[in-house]
Amino acid sequence: MKAAVLVFPGINRETDMAKALAAVSGVKPAMVWHTDTDLPAGTDLVVVPGGFSYGDYLRCGAIAARAPIMRAVAAHAERGGLVLGVCNGFQIITEAGLLPGALVRNASMKFICKEVNLKVENRETAFTSAYRHGQVIRCPVAHGEGNYVADDGTIAELEAEGRVVFRYCDPTGHISPAANPNGSTNAIAGIINARGNVLGMMPHPENLIEALHGGLDGRPLFDSLVAALPKAA
Amino acid sequence: MLRNDVPITPELVKSHGLKPDEYQRILDLIGREPTLTELGIFSAMWNEHCSYKSSKKWLKTMPVSGPRVIQGPGENAGVVDIGDGQAVIFKMESHNHPSYIEPYQGATTGVGGILRDVFTMGARPVACMNALRFGEPDHPKTKHIVSGVVAGIGGYGNSFGVPTVGGEVNFHPRYNGNCLVNAMAVGLADTDKIFYSKAEGVGLPVVYLGSKTGRDGVGGATMASAEFDDKIEEKRPTVQVGDPFSEKLLLEATLELMKTGAVVAIQDMGAAGLTCSAVEMGAKGDLGLELNLDAVPCREPGMTAYEMMLSESQERMLMVLHPDKRAAAEAVFRKWGLDFAVVGYTTDTLRFVVKHHGEVMADLPIKELGDQAPEYDRPWVAAAKRPVIGAGDVPAVDIADALEKIIATPDMCSRRWVWEQYDHLIQGNTAQRPGGDAAVVRVEGTRKGLGISCDVTPRYCEADPFEGGKQAIAEAYRNLSAVGALPIAVTDNLNFGNPEKPEIMGQFVGCVQGISQACIALDFPIVSGNVSLYNETNGQAILPTPAIGGVGLMADVEQMATIALKPADEAIVLIGATEGWLGQSIYQREFAGREEGAPPPVDLASERRHGEFVRGLIEQGRIATVHDLSDGGLAVAVAEMAIAGKRGARVEASGQIADHAYFFGEDQGRYLIAAPRAVAEAVVAEAVAGGIPAAIIGSVGGSELQLGASRAILVSKLHHQHEAWFPAYMSQEL
Repeated sequence: MKAAVLVFPGINRETDMAKALAAVSGVKPAMVWHTDTDLPAGTDLVVVPGGFSYGDYLRCGAIAARAPIMRAVAAHAERGGLVLGVCNGFQIITEAGLLPGALVRNASMKFICKEVNLKVENRETAFTSAYRHGQVIRCPVAHGEGNYVADDGTIAELEAEGRVVFRYCDPTGHISPAANPNGSTNAIAGIINARGNVLGMMPHPENLIEALHGGLDGRPLFDSLVAALPKAA
Repeated sequence: MLRNDVPITPELVKSHGLKPDEYQRILDLIGREPTLTELGIFSAMWNEHCSYKSSKKWLKTMPVSGPRVIQGPGENAGVVDIGDGQAVIFKMESHNHPSYIEPYQGATTGVGGILRDVFTMGARPVACMNALRFGEPDHPKTKHIVSGVVAGIGGYGNSFGVPTVGGEVNFHPRYNGNCLVNAMAVGLADTDKIFYSKAEGVGLPVVYLGSKTGRDGVGGATMASAEFDDKIEEKRPTVQVGDPFSEKLLLEATLELMKTGAVVAIQDMGAAGLTCSAVEMGAKGDLGLELNLDAVPCREPGMTAYEMMLSESQERMLMVLHPDKRAAAEAVFRKWGLDFAVVGYTTDTLRFVVKHHGEVMADLPIKELGDQAPEYDRPWVAAAKRPVIGAGDVPAVDIADALEKIIATPDMCSRRWVWEQYDHLIQGNTAQRPGGDAAVVRVEGTRKGLGISCDVTPRYCEADPFEGGKQAIAEAYRNLSAVGALPIAVTDNLNFGNPEKPEIMGQFVGCVQGISQACIALDFPIVSGNVSLYNETNGQAILPTPAIGGVGLMADVEQMATIALKPADEAIVLIGATEGWLGQSIYQREFAGREEGAPPPVDLASERRHGEFVRGLIEQGRIATVHDLSDGGLAVAVAEMAIAGKRGARVEASGQIADHAYFFGEDQGRYLIAAPRAVAEAVVAEAVAGGIPAAIIGSVGGSELQLGASRAILVSKLHHQHEAWFPAYMSQEL
């Protein structure tokens, strides 16, 4: 794995993400500044981490999606390279058009930080192969705008093609409004593009990878990536 | 536009919060009538908020040193050695007045200000806490203020990227006209890379960094040094507006700049903005300072010297830089897209000179503005001692009924609605989340942990300021000990009413003396803090509220104890003596409708012995389940442990003390422990042998909580009752 973590002004979970990548893969990722125009040579995974890029004073992720480095990210995705967007990163890659739909204010109109349960709906991806199909995992969320919306056609397409990768659920795997922290359509917590190389998700697997965090359920996501990518030289 | 040479009338002096004798002092000091800008500068520096003129005499008596203390009060934050070349840097500060006028912005800028204090010293913030006090829930303003303050704290900390790991929230009618928003920030730095505000060297550039200066917050510190009346809405323009995005950039740029070796001295612009930061840097270094306001980056054209000197626009810093490293410093700030401007230089004149458009707008003696500001010895009277209330004076209610009622009250119910709006997980080091006795944050890259707790019981302080002051420190000590952290130092945020009233000053003096005595007895020095006076509206003062932020250190976060009962069928041990003290208890308030009598006394020697004993057990890895006893006593403590662990428990009645006093008395110096029976028996034997009261009082098991002979309650029901009030209250129409 040769990972690059993007750093925009106002991003604040880049360190959490870098630590998680290093802990699981054994290799420190490159930290790439938003004004750069190229990814480091050989990058096989781009991670867009969480935070409040540019303060998110405009539509969340809208400014970062137009930063110079994003052209290189789009080209990387076009080549089939892996892209993971988490939280603000999900918002950014959605704004950049790498994924369909949009993330709007939580239905509660409040920021929410809590541990939720997720159902792994598709383990046939480079990001989720280390989970079991239908596995219910714990994972923290921390966002004010995680309510996934898209037009009916897009939602139907995502569902039909198995591109909803994570869904909010209760501890038994049951999908219900009470278990949906932000009002997302169809309880969608994470989706993947048609080609299967760009994943966006609101929850933070990087914050549940060691005993201190109270659980390890975020770890298989990184294990999956390590398995999918060649060992770094 | 305001002219600088307007005649200084008594009305103008009064509107700047200066008393006639203080104005006379200004005249005597400079030998002429001040200009308008000068009057503004004096008002900014000599107000209560910046000068501590009523409190300084007493603050000087507090214990501020210890073997671990690197920097005590007087800097931007306190600095305490945690070993291995690292220091913890922390402070708590109030933003009470602005938060009442404009809750969201008041709270955000409170958080922003305290974070800046911490990273100004070179520390990366690793945790925030807050102590919040609101009026009674039914007061028409309360819900609006709670909603705005909580959203504001979250809005700033979440975006800035620091976990908000805990705090306190209370309601009381005495905060109807003045809420309290006390924010605490904790950071980490290497002990050899700490930065201070004392300027050194003549002719060095004074550099302005960060956001531009606007017209927000003009006169904020003066506003915060006065009581409120019915015209409070008119004060809205004195509240600053926060921008956490800029603060995050300022943090990264400041820490990056510090690595270049360019920084001689640094001071953030907080209360009284440019005035206070410039004067403090010069006065501390025994230097003069000359500012050229033409160079100050402004948000809008046409700002006067008066406005620039008094603006409290946020996310700004002032630094004295090494001239040969100026270019490197500027490059760092440009990279982060922040303003960088040389706005003056240091002099050897001990004068504070402000120029604008080539004119001298102010020329004042710097020492008298800063560290030699007025100091008062305000008259004070001690509060009358209140009688001790016996158990027989408080009605006996069925224990199960009482518990169900108490854990669902506004003051005692779960604060989940609040802390779920705070990102408490970012940075990945949160070992103990909100809801326990103290938050625990791992020191990045080590096994060590920092315990952090916010405590004070204002009704105790009102009833007996001295005992209440002691209790606030003792409870912080106890909460840290309960998670296994050695209490190492304290920051205090002393919130009181109008100090010109002898009884209010008496509350202040009593609390300070109680705090001091407890800090000495517990080796728990005060390293930073803040005083907020004039928390009064139409003559009604808040409860005396000396909020304490305690910080503790543990060698191994994996040994940390939590309050949650564990799946095993363990025995429950009570450490400490129980008399059944109901005076000033939550039980008395709920079931007698009174807050009367003397508060529970604190025996500092036993407090220390019990704390050391419990900490020792945790450090040895012998126990993992501990809870301190405080509001609501034994019944509430065991209920909280049961709810947290989703486990039932049974606690026997005492046999000697009346049930309601035994289960709800608020005797101090107590802990509950759950441990396997053999361990529990050994713990009790060791405690008793060491002169510490201890007994096995119950056991863990099942799905119900049973106290004495009262009916058993399903823990799941208790959980529901505990969680219900806050979201229900906040979801009702405003």
